[in-house]
Amino acid sequence: MIDNKLIELVGITKRYNGSTVIDDLNLYIRENEFLTLLGPSGCGKTTTLRIIGGFESPDEGKVLFGGKDITKLPPNERQLNTVFQKYALFTHMTIAENIAFGLKIKKKSKQYIKDKIKYALKLVNLDGYENRMPDSLSGGQQQRIAIARAIVNEPKVLLLDEPLGALDLKLRQDMQYELIRLKNELGITFVYVTHDQEEALTMSDTIMVMNQGYIQQIGSPEDIYNEPENAFVADFIGESNILSATMVKDRLVNILGVNFTCVDEGFGQNTPVDVVIRPEDIDLVDPEDGVLTGHVTSLIFKGVHYEMEVMAGGFEWLVHSTDMAPVGSKVGIRVDPFDIQIMHKPESEDEAVSAKGPEAW
Amino acid sequence: MKRKSTFLLSTPYGLWMLGFTIIPLVMILYYGLTGRNGGFTLENIRLIATEENLKALWLSIRLSLLSTLLCLLVAYPLAMILRNTKFKNSRFMVMLFIMPMWMNSLLRIIAWQNILERRGVLNTLLELLHLPALNIINSPAAIVLGMVYDFLPFMVLPLYNTLVKIDENVINAAHDLGANNFYTFTKIIFPLSMPGVISGITMVFVPSLTTFVISDILGGSKVLLIGNIIEQQFQKLNNWHSGSGLSLVLMVFVLISMALVGKYDKGEGSAGVW
Ligand SMILES: Nc1ncnc2c1ncn2[C@@H]1O[C@H](COP(=O)(O)OP(=O)(O)OP(=O)(O)O)[C@@H](O)[C@H]1O
Ligand SMILES: [Mg+2]
Repeated sequence: MIDNKLIELVGITKRYNGSTVIDDLNLYIRENEFLTLLGPSGCGKTTTLRIIGGFESPDEGKVLFGGKDITKLPPNERQLNTVFQKYALFTHMTIAENIAFGLKIKKKSKQYIKDKIKYALKLVNLDGYENRMPDSLSGGQQQRIAIARAIVNEPKVLLLDEPLGALDLKLRQDMQYELIRLKNELGITFVYVTHDQEEALTMSDTIMVMNQGYIQQIGSPEDIYNEPENAFVADFIGESNILSATMVKDRLVNILGVNFTCVDEGFGQNTPVDVVIRPEDIDLVDPEDGVLTGHVTSLIFKGVHYEMEVMAGGFEWLVHSTDMAPVGSKVGIRVDPFDIQIMHKPESEDEAVSAKGPEAW
Repeated sequence: MKRKSTFLLSTPYGLWMLGFTIIPLVMILYYGLTGRNGGFTLENIRLIATEENLKALWLSIRLSLLSTLLCLLVAYPLAMILRNTKFKNSRFMVMLFIMPMWMNSLLRIIAWQNILERRGVLNTLLELLHLPALNIINSPAAIVLGMVYDFLPFMVLPLYNTLVKIDENVINAAHDLGANNFYTFTKIIFPLSMPGVISGITMVFVPSLTTFVISDILGGSKVLLIGNIIEQQFQKLNNWHSGSGLSLVLMVFVLISMALVGKYDKGEGSAGVW
């Protein structure tokens, strides 16, 4: 990946009627990067995207494009295109006219436009739909037309606001592949909004997790999943066991009154921390071999694995395992040191609220 | 079963249509196509061909077209402004503009008469300001002014209703694809507002074409519209036959004009009268 900042948001703040929706947001997007904005509903993802697209102007801060300040530039003069959350097709035009809209403004030749329409429809698997009207298409088809309408313009950056939200699982997966292929083939930079964490993990080079207008963490999918920086991220990305604990000393953490070895250092001695343990990282062993012992309270078959709840040390542990233990049976719990993720407790009230997690939506 | 209940439900409307649409129409047809002696005749229809009546019809058409055009030119920007007001109470603003409709139409026209009269409110004001008097009462200009004032709400309302329905993101999408404001208006906003434009035009043009109250009061007896001629047949000459005959001719013109307007609408998602 070229380490070249294409878009930079510097100190972006946006308020609606006095309430702050985005607070001092700093972010850069590299050329040909697939960046995903991930967060619960209402956390400011669309607003961030609209500020990049030019449909909303920030109350404070700057938007830079290739180093140039474009904060005041209207959308039609920005080198990027948007796929809107609800398609926003032109209902009085045919599919072909919809796709041709941007090309006609750029005064491309008739033949060029015709070829582009054909190419784009093929790309989104809707060949032969040229003369249909948008209203006669299903939601998923309309969304794909919206994507086609944007990419024919060969923008440097494509902004997508939950473009696959209306599609069924199979089509969604196909479109995920298509989008990644488009990104690689056309060299377009993607800024992608979703609240589907699985989609974010699958597609992104970089994920930015947001909550209530704040960035919670920016990093690669692996970083975000394996080393969440706080309880909110841990809870939002995948399922997890989040517990209050005390860091006894380097590489030793006291969880529910029992000492676990871990690999983290530098938290000081007897410091309160949050601990995240992924359900698939918990090993169920014989009671006498476990660090903690408890009994199974529920068991669900999930296909790839069993999902169990284990009451141990006064905490309901969520466990994913290919081995099953029947409800009521006594089990021991073990966790490998590197599977214990230690996080600082949130410092301010604000953060504590925002760390409360996805239940908010 | 279902058919039966649908039928029962629609009975009152059927009766309504019979009593207030079909029977009156048949009566006009009957009177229009018969003479005083009761026999069939085209005499009443042919009455339109007299020089005076043709002149009145032609003037009616011209003034109605003009007032419709003026209404459209005034109402469209207004509807756009109302659409774009971010205020929560933009509905209330719309109401302010259509509130005059709540007053009796006759009253409103008489008010205009008082304003425009030779020694009326307007000229008194002009005199105070040492400006030359404006004598438009009893002229076609006064009639057009009355029509525009009277029928403007009928243009504003359908326009506003179609314009607010246009999704902001559709307009954003046009900008996003490189369209400037003018291009966005001509290619996106105006075409999408066509249903409103068409019902607005019909709602203003038809009553303008048939009015006699406005021309009576603001035109004095100097300017005769086809509506006045028809009214005279009924009220002054007490001749229902000739009045109905002329009405039939006027109805044909209304139908033609509506068909013409409807033609411009591609029929896609039209919320208009057609
Ligand atoms: N035009 C507006 N006026 C007032 N408040 C707004 C406006 N647009 C957004 N908001 C508020 O800003 C916050 C963030 O909205 P935004 O649309 O960015 O959320 P989102 O993360 O895209 O959510 P979703 O996943 O539901 O689309 C919300 O609380 C919303 O109510
Ligand atoms: Mg959104």
